[in-house]
Amino acid sequence: MKHHINTTLRRIAPQLVILAGVLLLNFLVFPDFFRIEFQHGRLFGNLIDVLNRGAPTALLCIGMTLVIATKGIDLSVGAVMAIAGAVAAALVVDGHSWQVALLGALCAGAVCGAWNGVLVAVLRIQPIVATLVLMVAGRGIAQLVTEGTILTFLNPGLIHLGAGTVAGIPTPILIWLGLGLAVTAVVRKTALGMLIEAIGINESSSRLAGINSRVLIISVYLISGFCAALAGVIVAADIKGADANNAGLWLELDAILAVVIGGNSLLGGRFSIIASLLGALIIQSVNSIILLSGMPPELNLVIKALIIIAILVIQSPTVKHALYILRASADPIPPGSIKEAKESPQ
Amino acid sequence: MKLKAMLIAGAMSFVPMTANAADLTIGFSQIGSESGWRAAETTVTKQEAEKRGINLKFADAQQKQENQIKAIRSFVAQGVDAILLAPVVATGWDDVLEEARDAEIPVVLLDRTIDAPDDLYMTAVTSDLVHEGQVAGQWLVDETAGAKCDIVELQGTTGSSPAIDRKKGFEEAIAGHDNLNIVRSQTGDFTRSQGKVVMESFLKAVGGENICALYAHNDDMAVGAIQAVKEAGLKPGEDIKIVSIDSVPDIHLAMSKGEANATIELTPNMAGPALDALEAYLADGTTPPKWIQTESKLYTLEDDNMAIYEMKKDLGY
Repeated sequence: MKHHINTTLRRIAPQLVILAGVLLLNFLVFPDFFRIEFQHGRLFGNLIDVLNRGAPTALLCIGMTLVIATKGIDLSVGAVMAIAGAVAAALVVDGHSWQVALLGALCAGAVCGAWNGVLVAVLRIQPIVATLVLMVAGRGIAQLVTEGTILTFLNPGLIHLGAGTVAGIPTPILIWLGLGLAVTAVVRKTALGMLIEAIGINESSSRLAGINSRVLIISVYLISGFCAALAGVIVAADIKGADANNAGLWLELDAILAVVIGGNSLLGGRFSIIASLLGALIIQSVNSIILLSGMPPELNLVIKALIIIAILVIQSPTVKHALYILRASADPIPPGSIKEAKESPQ
Repeated sequence: MKLKAMLIAGAMSFVPMTANAADLTIGFSQIGSESGWRAAETTVTKQEAEKRGINLKFADAQQKQENQIKAIRSFVAQGVDAILLAPVVATGWDDVLEEARDAEIPVVLLDRTIDAPDDLYMTAVTSDLVHEGQVAGQWLVDETAGAKCDIVELQGTTGSSPAIDRKKGFEEAIAGHDNLNIVRSQTGDFTRSQGKVVMESFLKAVGGENICALYAHNDDMAVGAIQAVKEAGLKPGEDIKIVSIDSVPDIHLAMSKGEANATIELTPNMAGPALDALEAYLADGTTPPKWIQTESKLYTLEDDNMAIYEMKKDLGY
């Protein structure tokens, strides 16, 4: 058990260091960054905002990590968010309870995910093309559901999922933490995670070894659709309305970036959901720096790009190797040689 | 053969009748329905045409210029009396508008202008974005009446012309009033959720008690920001005054509850003034000015916002 925790810690160490660094930058631009208060029945502070606002990306990257581990990619998650939000809003506006609306939205997400899975696993369409279909068409479907307007609702149960709190903690935080831990537990306590990695490393040989890759691939896309639907419901509930044009717009790219910052290879194989979740928090912390710094919005994307480039460069294999060599060559210098070097100028 | 001749003869017999009737046929090339405002503009244009007994031929271009050019060509081929065009982009209209001019069909631009010689269109009906910002700024100047007021600003999408012009107009209006200061300004991308997220950061970075007013470049961001203010335990409309632009139904709903203070209308009725100008031109050749500015009407809490909400909510916003 202890060994297991140590391995995990070593795996996520780079992400933890980067997150600490980005949070420190936040602290530098805004000294009150770490202050958390309890007011009006909810925790209130910038750190809470990072956890709360990072919820959609965090939820997306849970599914995305599994998809990418099978050497796939899911570009449709942003559009699926819009569809799920629209379905949930339409159901409560029609007078259904929030439970029915949530269930309906999750089913819609699962159906979208299964559609992607079938295109990839059964029809053998390349994942980037297969999911592009729904990425483009999905927003249109969502607009059909909302009839082109921002569909607003006042159902307190549904709103609670996005804007409410449980014991003072915003609900979205509990949802992504809960789902992240549950999925991690399921894939790591069973052989499922290893089977998914096997498909990503070599699908043909994993199938020859008896893994039902078709069902597994459909399942990971289905999970991705499910996660996207949950994110879509949270985003809609947060603003009490389903905005088919803007909900989840470009969020698929943030989700993929979170997985990459989490140190997972886009070529599939070994994966860590926890590292991806840290990646999502890193992205949200970068957004937080931009908002708190008070710099003109023209610089937003430049700042974000510079920080992300720095993070990716630090993680690149070449730089990692160079750092390793540097450390290895720095360590074994015997004390005498330093003395010698000091004396030599005389 | 005989049947065909009969059909042609039959069809010909209608021609003088339609030509004699006072009914106008006008083609309308709309961009698409990318926003609620655009949908409302389409609805209002159809209503205005119906009110005047005009036969409106509607073409939805789905955000593509090539579709708009095709639509204009088909309007010219059908020999419509005039064309309304809401151009999706500013350039590339010269050829097709020359064809319309050669066919002596007047073209009126709605909502946006184009980069083309003046003689290619009769007039453009648009709102003045800078003026909208000025009305918002002037409202705040009057409302605060010299009292110190720190303002936070939610900008539109960075680099878009509404964001640039609405910011410029507002700054012009508050210039010279030392009691008014913009302390934070950040983009909320014209969306509700970004409006809420950015307002949350304002409330923490500046402190809710230090913010006196919010200026949002559109109503949707203001609606998001209202929720952020409420969640921070403050009263929107009282603790923080809120002024925004567009006059969409949901901001009037918020105003009816006292949660927002003022909005400036970007009227979806661009067709009304356009059709007035066209009817006058076709009746006695009155040439309208090259630019018809629509009214940027200010709505405050003194208006019956519930009634405005009821009136606007079915326009397709």
